Amino acid sequence: MTDLDLIRARLAAARGEVFWRTLEEAADEPAFRALVAREYPAQGPVWLDPVRRRSFLKLMAGALALGGIGACSRQPSEPIVPYVHTPEHVVPGRALYFASAMPSWAGLGIGVLVESELGRPVKLEGNPDHPASGGATDAFAQASVLTLYDPDRLQAVAFAGTIGTWTDFLAAFRSAMGVQRARRGAGLRILTETVTSPTLAAQLQAILADLPDARWHQWEPAGRHLVAAGTQAAFGADLRPVHRLADADVIVALGSDFLGCGPAHLADVRAFASRRRAEQMSRLYVAESGLTPTGAKADHRLALRPSDVAVLARALAAAAGVPDVAGATSDAVPARWVEAVARDLASHRGRSVVIAGDTEPAEVQALAHLANVALGNVGHTVDYVAPPEAHSEDQLASLRALVDDMAAGRVELLVVLGGDPAFNAPADVPFASAMDRVPLRVHLGLYANATAARSHWVVPAAHWLESWGDVRAFDGTATIIQPLIAPLYDGHSAQELLAVFGEQPEKSGHDLVREYWQRERGGGDFEAMWRAWLEAGVVPDTASKPSAVTARPAPAPSPPGGGGLEVVFRPDAMVHDGRFAHNAWLQELPRPITHLTWDAAVEIGPRTAARLGVTNGDVVELVRAGRALRAPVWIVPGHADDSLTVPFGYAAPGPFAAHGFDGYALRSADALWSASGVEVRKTGEWRRLATTQPHQVMEGRDIVRAYTLEEHRALAEPPHARESLYPEWDYPGYRWAMAIDLSACVGCKACVVACQAENNIPVVGRSEVLRGREMHWLRIDTYFTGDPAAPDAYFMPVPCMHCENAPCEVVCPVEATVHGAEGLNEMVYNRCVGTRYCSNNCPYKVRRFNFFEYSRWNVESVKLLYNPDVTVRSRGVMEKCTYCVQRIVQRRIDAEKEGRRLRDGEVVTACAQACPADAIVFGDLNDGASRVARLKAEARNYALLESLNTQPRTTYLAAVRNPNPELA
Amino acid sequence: MTGAFHSDSMPQIFHPSTNTISRVSIAGVLAVVALAGAVGGSLVDSTYLTSVRVPQVQPVPFSHEHHVGGLGIDCRYCHTTVETSSFAGVPATEICMNCHKQIWSRSAMLEPVRASFRTGEPLRWNRVYDLAGFVYFDHSIHVHKGVGCVTCHGRVDTMPLLWRANTLQMGWCLDCHREPWRHLRPREAVFSMDWQPDEDQETLGHRLAKEYGVMDARELTSCWTCHR
Repeated sequence: MTDLDLIRARLAAARGEVFWRTLEEAADEPAFRALVAREYPAQGPVWLDPVRRRSFLKLMAGALALGGIGACSRQPSEPIVPYVHTPEHVVPGRALYFASAMPSWAGLGIGVLVESELGRPVKLEGNPDHPASGGATDAFAQASVLTLYDPDRLQAVAFAGTIGTWTDFLAAFRSAMGVQRARRGAGLRILTETVTSPTLAAQLQAILADLPDARWHQWEPAGRHLVAAGTQAAFGADLRPVHRLADADVIVALGSDFLGCGPAHLADVRAFASRRRAEQMSRLYVAESGLTPTGAKADHRLALRPSDVAVLARALAAAAGVPDVAGATSDAVPARWVEAVARDLASHRGRSVVIAGDTEPAEVQALAHLANVALGNVGHTVDYVAPPEAHSEDQLASLRALVDDMAAGRVELLVVLGGDPAFNAPADVPFASAMDRVPLRVHLGLYANATAARSHWVVPAAHWLESWGDVRAFDGTATIIQPLIAPLYDGHSAQELLAVFGEQPEKSGHDLVREYWQRERGGGDFEAMWRAWLEAGVVPDTASKPSAVTARPAPAPSPPGGGGLEVVFRPDAMVHDGRFAHNAWLQELPRPITHLTWDAAVEIGPRTAARLGVTNGDVVELVRAGRALRAPVWIVPGHADDSLTVPFGYAAPGPFAAHGFDGYALRSADALWSASGVEVRKTGEWRRLATTQPHQVMEGRDIVRAYTLEEHRALAEPPHARESLYPEWDYPGYRWAMAIDLSACVGCKACVVACQAENNIPVVGRSEVLRGREMHWLRIDTYFTGDPAAPDAYFMPVPCMHCENAPCEVVCPVEATVHGAEGLNEMVYNRCVGTRYCSNNCPYKVRRFNFFEYSRWNVESVKLLYNPDVTVRSRGVMEKCTYCVQRIVQRRIDAEKEGRRLRDGEVVTACAQACPADAIVFGDLNDGASRVARLKAEARNYALLESLNTQPRTTYLAAVRNPNPELA
Repeated sequence: MTGAFHSDSMPQIFHPSTNTISRVSIAGVLAVVALAGAVGGSLVDSTYLTSVRVPQVQPVPFSHEHHVGGLGIDCRYCHTTVETSSFAGVPATEICMNCHKQIWSRSAMLEPVRASFRTGEPLRWNRVYDLAGFVYFDHSIHVHKGVGCVTCHGRVDTMPLLWRANTLQMGWCLDCHREPWRHLRPREAVFSMDWQPDEDQETLGHRLAKEYGVMDARELTSCWTCHR
């Protein structure tokens, strides 16, 4: 176990600022040193074979000979299958891009451009014209193509477990609907997730108008229904805040991870990051319980239990001048902090913003809105707009009403469109058992989930890349979703299913969506408009206009909580509420702070962990209101004391159900987001968790650099040593390079998945991650500095550095990694014999080795996923970041055909394209005016491990923070 | 020099003939290695493995000799994307039918083409030029830089059934990537079957390489020019 006082003492004794990645490293105990000395702690026990050395050599000689003979095989002959009629615009070998939108959680859409290779969608990019994207994507959007080709998806209509057909379903469903029609729909209930689709909403309204006694319910476990309660309390109207962070000098976030999982997180990150590099730097204060990416970017962060966040909100509102609010106090909320923040807010009236998390109690959200009114921010840094949801309601009340009806036997036909309420309903709302009482249950979904298991008819849903639809973004902007491929598995969209409720014949999703919009926007040349909308990816004039707001009296303080340990429920950072739990890319994507993969853990602060006597991986039992949950803990530096963060969404039924634990088991209706009165018991069990935060020490090396704004201004140009025993290369053509801004990076990992999708990077699974064999070409390391209970955190993306004096190049015995003419450090898979010397000699540890046949060659649907421009690597081959050379070559060929040089910004790597913060900039150093060349000329530019004189092409811009001098 | 020391010690282990045996063995091993190398080398270059000059059987016995040599149809009439894409393009059935609706419209040989057009089932041609999966070749840039079709594909106007004119081995690619000027021709002659330089190829090639901005050999032989 790690001794907190020991860490503190050691950090205090160190000279200068000490960065660390894990608490074990900060403590630097002998046991940890011994672990590090073994270099590959997990590799030792792998060799369990009883084969002796002599037999091993014989076997290897035999394998070499057989392998050599195997290589003599002739290349199999392949057919060429041309079109019969070539579709318009299709050029084999060239990708086409189509604008669409991904419906993400809370029904909100993110505009994307889908890359189609001969009819196969293989990669998503952000749509620059879409307000929720601005050209960027998140990890979930990037991983969405994997779900499309997932062979584990539902593949056929099924009735009670036997395969049926859509026609069978139609017949059965129509006869049931005939009964309901005679009863004005009295026994019909439709349950959806949050609906923003205008077409779907119109269909639902039409059904309810036709069958007035039918009911439509909505339930989404991580929905935004508290936002409505917050604006109702503040303004007496149901509105949604939309922030303009580019105009905000001071940002105060109360329990809000707006950079990580806010409704407009991509737009917010872009706007926020734009103010983190300029001279006019904004200042971010965050008060939260668990450490989130937003908290990691804060200039000042206060780790508070949820009940104390409410106290802080009240104190800040009072200080900001919200009428009739008495300032509240708590031991955990330092008065000095509140005063300093209040002064900063007051001196930036109209240029500040207070953001309350969507999951905060209505009271806290209302106080934040009222503070914005009092500070004159409304209309400047925050607008309040109409909700994008088709029907904003209290979803918990809606679900409860449905469960009551079902339990009372009033429901005869239940249609569940998407979601998995049988898995994710609150623990004290007995949805699953009530559902069993319904005589006919229909579920439309992508996977065989808990709800499907309890349904009579299960209809495979069409993935959003396979179906027509529409969706609204956070600000109401609508986008037509257009399919890129015909449904792979007989899937149908929710719109197509609702269309068969009436007696009218079946209609295609295309006709349904088009007819809706023709009704809405008829007149004029509709065909031309429709085509223009599809091409642009947005329907013009659908964004909500800001509403005028009038402040209401501040809500009365809610009674203080029970005290003691509090628990915070949050959707998992990667599988969200469980909807992405089937996606192996997201399962293996390290969580931003903990770097856990394939697993979930209860997050806990170092002090509380010490008090409870638990350490990483210890399984504890959480008990609250008669419900218990066994889960391993993970100590997170900076996590609030006396508070536990329980992620939900894991252990969703499906192929990965054995991973993690079901956080929903503890989440009850009275405590959807936080609760007090939880008891923790040690069980004595321990679970090994797969984390990629490696067991290495920094040895005092200068890896992360961070300055305050004052220090940054005083920076002089650092001298760049350019002397070397190796001859200098000359680059007459291009000189590719990358600059990564640590100030901008928010650690969202969109770049990692974008790289995975672009470069056909395989998934290795939990056991291989435990051996340190993850294949991601790009990793994001998290560094901490300061007191483990309240550290500053930094994110550092690390791709291949493409060194001028690359240590890997000189040790390869077969010249499989060589220096290219444009300075790229080239990796030639077909030459590699897998000695791994290069990886051994790489000081940045960015090379990845295929220990096994990780790529799936033999799954038909997954074959469609691969990017045809990148080799699918086999076992025994080293690989690494290529600077997306396939993109460089393609753009260069295009430019050469036009007889010109490449322009700055024409070649964008997959990581840079996905990045919402614009933290990764790629370009040509031979072009002195290029963005990358200008960034590298900045004083805060530095090379990783500069003293090794590898002269990396990838360099970093040191992180800059803007602390409040008053709180220094 | 037969001292008592020697005669008293242990007897000779090896018989004198061992010298000969060992010499023959060493020579034999060398000979076997050389033979294996020679056999292997010739096997690698053999038509068995390279398929050079082996006519490929196709579902329809399409004759380039007739269509190109006899009728003089331009390459690009069928290979439509050769100037715009990495893939030159194999004609869609409808391109065949443009003419064969009128000409030879009842020919039994063309029944697979008509069947494809009728049913929408594509034709399945056998690939003649098949690169390994880790090689990325782009037709459009080669055509643009003045590499003629004939340079790689040979005189297809003399081939009744198409065969592979070159080995497609990496050494063959590199011959040109190292010294591109030996194989360049004016852009307007790229699709010509019988173009001959009317000046010294060396002079012409160097001039064209400059004019067309052909990259230098170091750039052209960078691994990632073709492998990625």
